[in-house]
Amino acid sequence: MAHAYTPGLKVIPCTVLRKKRLLPIPGKVLVELDRQVEALDVVAQTQLPGKVFSVNVANRLAVGPEEIQAFMLKKEGEPVKKGEIIAENKPLLKWFKTSVESPVDGTIETVSAVTGQVLLREPPKILPIKAYVKGKVVEVTPNFGVTVESEGTFIQGIFGIGGETNGEIDVVAASPDEDLAPEALNAAHKGKIVIGGRHVSLAAIKRAVELGVHAIVAGGIHDRDLRQLLGYDIGVAVTGTERIGITLIVTEGFGMIPMAEYTFKLLSSRNGEKASVSGATQIRAGVMRPEIIVPGYPKNVTTCKKEDGRGWIEPGDPVRIIREPHFGVIGTVKSLPPELTKVGSESHVRVLEVDLPGGETLVIPRANIEVLEK
Amino acid sequence: MSKENLEIIIATDCGSTTTKAILIEKKGDTYRQTFRGEAPTTVEAPFEDVTKGVLNAITEVEELSGRRILDGERIITPNNGNTGADIYVSTSSAGGGLQMMVAGAVKAMTGESAQRCALGAGAIVMDVLASNDGRADHEKIERIRQLRPDMMLLSGGTDGGSVTHVVELAQFLKAADPKPRLGASYKLPVIYAGNNKAQPQVKEILDSSTALIVTENLRPSLERENLMPARHKIHDIFLEHVMQQAPGYPKLMKMVGAPIMPTPAAVGVMTEKFAKANNFNVLAVDIGGATTDVFSVFSGVFNRTVSANLGMSYSISNVMAEAGLPNILRWLPFDLEEQDLRNRLKNKMIRPTTIPQTVEDLQVEHAVAREALRLAFDQHKALAVGLKGVQQERSISDAFEQSASGASLINLMDLNYIIGSGGILAHSPRRTQSMLMMIDAYQPEGVTMIAVDSIFMMPHLGVLAQISEKAALDVFYNDCLVRLGTCLAPKGMGKEGQVIMEWELIEENGKRHSGELRFGEILHVPFTSPKGKAIVKPAKGFDMGAGSGGRVEAAIEGGVVGVVLDGRGRPFDLAKVPAKRISDLNKWYKAMEMYPV
Repeated sequence: MAHAYTPGLKVIPCTVLRKKRLLPIPGKVLVELDRQVEALDVVAQTQLPGKVFSVNVANRLAVGPEEIQAFMLKKEGEPVKKGEIIAENKPLLKWFKTSVESPVDGTIETVSAVTGQVLLREPPKILPIKAYVKGKVVEVTPNFGVTVESEGTFIQGIFGIGGETNGEIDVVAASPDEDLAPEALNAAHKGKIVIGGRHVSLAAIKRAVELGVHAIVAGGIHDRDLRQLLGYDIGVAVTGTERIGITLIVTEGFGMIPMAEYTFKLLSSRNGEKASVSGATQIRAGVMRPEIIVPGYPKNVTTCKKEDGRGWIEPGDPVRIIREPHFGVIGTVKSLPPELTKVGSESHVRVLEVDLPGGETLVIPRANIEVLEK
Repeated sequence: MSKENLEIIIATDCGSTTTKAILIEKKGDTYRQTFRGEAPTTVEAPFEDVTKGVLNAITEVEELSGRRILDGERIITPNNGNTGADIYVSTSSAGGGLQMMVAGAVKAMTGESAQRCALGAGAIVMDVLASNDGRADHEKIERIRQLRPDMMLLSGGTDGGSVTHVVELAQFLKAADPKPRLGASYKLPVIYAGNNKAQPQVKEILDSSTALIVTENLRPSLERENLMPARHKIHDIFLEHVMQQAPGYPKLMKMVGAPIMPTPAAVGVMTEKFAKANNFNVLAVDIGGATTDVFSVFSGVFNRTVSANLGMSYSISNVMAEAGLPNILRWLPFDLEEQDLRNRLKNKMIRPTTIPQTVEDLQVEHAVAREALRLAFDQHKALAVGLKGVQQERSISDAFEQSASGASLINLMDLNYIIGSGGILAHSPRRTQSMLMMIDAYQPEGVTMIAVDSIFMMPHLGVLAQISEKAALDVFYNDCLVRLGTCLAPKGMGKEGQVIMEWELIEENGKRHSGELRFGEILHVPFTSPKGKAIVKPAKGFDMGAGSGGRVEAAIEGGVVGVVLDGRGRPFDLAKVPAKRISDLNKWYKAMEMYPV
């Protein structure tokens, strides 16, 4: 067993991939078709409308909502500075004068004679979108962004947290079943994508954050550590917006699980090269998995693969069991009985027989395995 | 074709992942579900056409039944011999269902009414905005802008009352300039169902920037809710705007013989029809991988809630987060390390299609299911309440009760029927598991009948009920419900081993069972007769619906499990000492023959 591949989870030495880089609202595209872009190039940007604040002028001046227009010093559409007076009353005695100041820099959006409220809007904010991967612009979506095409190594993890980042790959673990210890990390790892083996502990992640490591990739993590890191339990696997100072990707799952050897070897073959990574995970309809993209060909590869693999199981295929009581065990498919089989839980399910290296044969529900590529 | 003449009906439910088709045929005077087929839903790339999955599912029905239903991509109507169907109907929850945001002036009053209105129409309510929801104005505006709902329901104020709050909400809405989830080119539909006096102002503010639809106030006075006009508008917009944007739906809408309904709305219709036909108080639950829907009809009042993040696969970890680990661990009849449980549940979350292989793993899922059902029910009870803010007239005799307005409508003693559906309840290896999971989660009191909808046919039947109530109810009774049996649970607390009830059960064929129920035990009596009678005499301090010690004679249903006499008391709680708790659980599971030994 050497080559690891999970259906749905891609681990490909070289493939052609396309990344859509689109703004959430219309803006300006800054690069043209066929342009070569670097990961950090801004390809499009827009202005996000500023936040809206309300001030109850009628209450503050103790007048009726329908009267406030008469006391306004600023009209709808006029710019204002923070602290600038936008409305004031005109009492006979100056002592009783009340003025209303703007809480923000911005413009007057509306003055309501029904509610007595004045809405103010802050100036717009610039929202840039970067290319994220090195490649070529192959499509421009006017006003929204571009599609960047890149050739290179593409590895999906099973779960991640933290957003897009990049850096040089630095394989720290000596083997896929070695844990990433905090002591193994030092100042030289700043800005890097650190590759661990079996497991990454809370202490190692904290150390990496201190050192300014951009991302960690490892086989597994304990859920308890994840909770401590985030300060809350992740309820639904929709991630990518966490701000913990690092992007974290696990390739296998929760617990102490050695990284698939093939994944580890592939990452090792790109050691020292620049990569783009994202921890964003979404496990619902429209699945999104965390990813590691290393542009360019690995040393021993000359052409890029276009197909994504076979997508079915045959006797002889190496598989990994992904559920208790044999979670993480690797074996070879012996047979695929077509009939429903009663398993220990008494459910009648489709199963397969898996031969283990030690000679033992297990019967496992087909839903509980992942295929590993030969 | 008139509805009396319907003989062959084909119905589909387009779910997020699977499209299920069923064939219903009239056999003599009765409608029966005869064949079913399913295929993956094809809303997403590369197909992006929901009708592909529909045609595939119907093709499977054709193959199994030998009936030719399709002519290319067209459904042959009417039926003629072994060809065609008289009508085709469908529900849909594909593409994430109907997602709405609602707003009301006061959170506990119009805000809640608006929420009930949207939920009853089958929507997922993304957020409830209210003038007094505790958020700063800019936070509300930011929230409206971030969420991209399919439509928005704006209510607020009673008719003729103050217009200020609702106009303020309309202004916030305009300032936020929200965009619809699908289709960047069309304006967000906004339904205004608030104070009629504010209609001109709301129109002035929102008419140009949104697709505004004005309808009757959903809370015309504090004492009255009027949810139906707004619900109908939601349904219209769902069909006219939202469905039109979903891939393939314009085609599907041309295929059906009756309007497409959102799946939960159809389940709601079926629950209501069943409750009304039998004069029952009914609780129905659908626990899925991501969400749990709860429907109830109490004293004729229908309510629905959806717990968007309580489910058995995608949301399993959220059940853990909301219930807390101790609450899940308490149902396990063995010790399990917290770390182990955490990792197991997270691994299920990231690989949601895996299934339990061992009994121990199955028990872990059953423990989570109880907590998901319980939490979703708690949320339901909090929303299925009487109107808040209503002045109550009290006589001197009521003065000591002090029941506030807004009390929950859900009364477990009055509950007659529980219907469970969703994988964990419908496909448990043993039916006793489904029954005890529901009893543990809901803790029914008195006499409660329990069933499961094993292949989740309620959506199909709900949409069919709009055309033919008889066809829908026939299939519901004969093919949809798998009757598990009846739970008899005296309310009260006592000492372990104390006799708390004498009971006698009489089957339809005259066979009798009788005995005593002791506190702390569960008795399981096989009882397969569909109908029967229970005569129970609880001890003093225990109530079966006729007050403390009151004798009760009630019609019951038998089923594949039978009658469960639950002597664990109400409110039921597990022992705090782990060894005692584990021993109790093992005793109850053994009595129910829950798991293989």
